[in-house]
Amino acid sequence: MLRRLLPHPLLTVALALTWLLLVNSVTTGQALVGLLLGWAIPVFTRRFWPDRVRIARPWWLVFFLIKVLWDILVANVAVAALILGGRRFARPAFVPVPLELRTELAISILANTISLTPGTVSAWLSPDRKTLMVHGLRVSDPEALVQEIKTRYERPLIYIFEPPC
Amino acid sequence: MLEIAISVLIVIGAAFTFIGSLGLARFGDFYTRLHGPTKATTLGVGALLIASVIHFSTRGEGVSLHEVLVTVFLFITAPVSAHLLAKTALHLRVGSLAPPPPRAEAASGAQTDGAD
Amino acid sequence: MLSTALIIAFTLVCAALAMSLWRLLAGPDHPDRILALDTLYVNTIALLVLLGILLGSALYFEAALLIAMMGFVGTVALCKYLLRGDIIE
Repeated sequence: MLRRLLPHPLLTVALALTWLLLVNSVTTGQALVGLLLGWAIPVFTRRFWPDRVRIARPWWLVFFLIKVLWDILVANVAVAALILGGRRFARPAFVPVPLELRTELAISILANTISLTPGTVSAWLSPDRKTLMVHGLRVSDPEALVQEIKTRYERPLIYIFEPPC
Repeated sequence: MLEIAISVLIVIGAAFTFIGSLGLARFGDFYTRLHGPTKATTLGVGALLIASVIHFSTRGEGVSLHEVLVTVFLFITAPVSAHLLAKTALHLRVGSLAPPPPRAEAASGAQTDGAD
Repeated sequence: MLSTALIIAFTLVCAALAMSLWRLLAGPDHPDRILALDTLYVNTIALLVLLGILLGSALYFEAALLIAMMGFVGTVALCKYLLRGDIIE
């Protein structure tokens, strides 16, 4: 019963917060409207959201996001230096990264993280979701790049979304 | 003091936006061009929006946070469009400076299973 | 102080717009043009934010938000079209 009435609690909270940001005021009335929208939209669009999102360790997700934000800052300075300094130092390459993650949401987050951080863009996910093709701007050692992605981003995501039961 | 912070943020943001587009204009093949706009430009606009948050929040009309919405939206969508663009380019076999991946022909999204 | 920073920022963002436009016209392939369009959207958002700070008006954020959303949808639609030859499957 509760599942039918409130299929996606996280989405409800996110939508309510989005509404408050959109109207740019925090009053009781607006919070109620936001909660109403947050309740109604998931209920009426239920067929588009087959799976309920499961976050096993929410606090680690917060740490992960802070770490990624920091990495984005560092990555941007590095890429900016590469763009300004010398194209000749750029050594682009495609590197396949074998994936251990299984959840769709976790793979999306990993791909987005890769796209936003040091000189790499996720280019293509194999249909069986086992390999993520990554394009690197300056790849001197493909093995090291794969290892860095796996230890730095994939391991925490496995920890957050797919804890071993 | 606050004005200095806002000014610095504005200049940094604009500089990153500029660098991102410079990368778009300068690099030699599509896949390297992809890097500039997805990272630098997104961060640049993010810095500008933070400057705007500080600017409008300190004018005495209450906190103004709806710029955060644009920032979050950009940070979520920029990698998605970059991924789609790269996938499209692989599908169309756009020329690349790097040796293209061996299974690029499977990038059409057709169901292919098999060992890597 | 702020006005000087704004002048510098406007110059930089306009230069960025010009370079994106150049890439849009020069191509050479379709993905390049889509990428240039996407960058133009983001640059326009930057320009609107700067204009909002300059004029002291918060109204421009609605426009910036709309451009961000429409730009993303447009990019996805164009990519889908090139990937599948069809937008709505």
